[in-house]
Amino acid sequence: MNDPGPYRPLTYFQLMEISLRELLVEKGVVTEEEVAEEVEAMRKRGYERGARVVARAWVDPEYKQRLLANGTNACEELGLEIPALKLLVVENTPEVHNAIVCTLCSCYPRMLLGIPPEWYKSRNYRSRMVREPRAVLAEFGLEIAERVTIRVHDSTADMRYLVLPMRPPATESWSEERLASLVTRDCMIGVAVPKT
Amino acid sequence: MKSKSVVKARFGPGDAVRVLDAYPLGHVRTPFYIRGKTGTVERLCGAFPNPEELAQMRDGLPAQPLYRVRFRQQDVWPDYRGSSQDVVEVEIYQHWLEKP
Repeated sequence: MNDPGPYRPLTYFQLMEISLRELLVEKGVVTEEEVAEEVEAMRKRGYERGARVVARAWVDPEYKQRLLANGTNACEELGLEIPALKLLVVENTPEVHNAIVCTLCSCYPRMLLGIPPEWYKSRNYRSRMVREPRAVLAEFGLEIAERVTIRVHDSTADMRYLVLPMRPPATESWSEERLASLVTRDCMIGVAVPKT
Repeated sequence: MKSKSVVKARFGPGDAVRVLDAYPLGHVRTPFYIRGKTGTVERLCGAFPNPEELAQMRDGLPAQPLYRVRFRQQDVWPDYRGSSQDVVEVEIYQHWLEKP
């Protein structure tokens, strides 16, 4: 009897967003078109950008060194503009597995990976990834051997992180494009590893 | 950034540092779980305007050196289950660090 049907009132943050946007437009700071363009650009940016960086690092050892030394410059070298992004690339090795989290909010290298998945922003992932990373990774289907060190990166301030996964075996003859197709978003967050 | 608007870095890679066990109000980027813990500087990331000041609409200058500090999981969580080699790395501004 009291079923409101499909209608739902706006949430607090939706209302805040609309109010702020309308004010900015009214005051001539931005136009509706500019807002729409930026939202569209944000939606289009996908994790394929990050995958390109990883594949290049796999085929070009010198590029990999530059990427680990200065992630931002190495991305720009590939023509990937990542304004305001201070990128630190962390390399997985047979001894070390890296994973990324932001316990305070949801900092994420959007310019390379696109919009973060819901679980990355969830309280569950954010609180447990620093406290029991092995259990969380196991829930993603990733069992890390005890002899491998797990290094969790809490993205609390100005840096953004990208995991450089290990290149899967028996891919020596693969092209850079084909290699890039193995690199998923989750591999670059560190909750998965590339599989052939 | 001009040198006089940057606080001089007091720590370098390999230095042991302790995070202040303090609880000020405001936009603080030091997670609660790491306060009072001791770790090792992994690297200096550069200097950035202080976010606690930026959140108050001030310029955040002089910029604070920002470090990536590595903590042993066993030191952070006494009941940690997993390898004793496991670590967590957190970005912490210099004004939150002291010599242990």
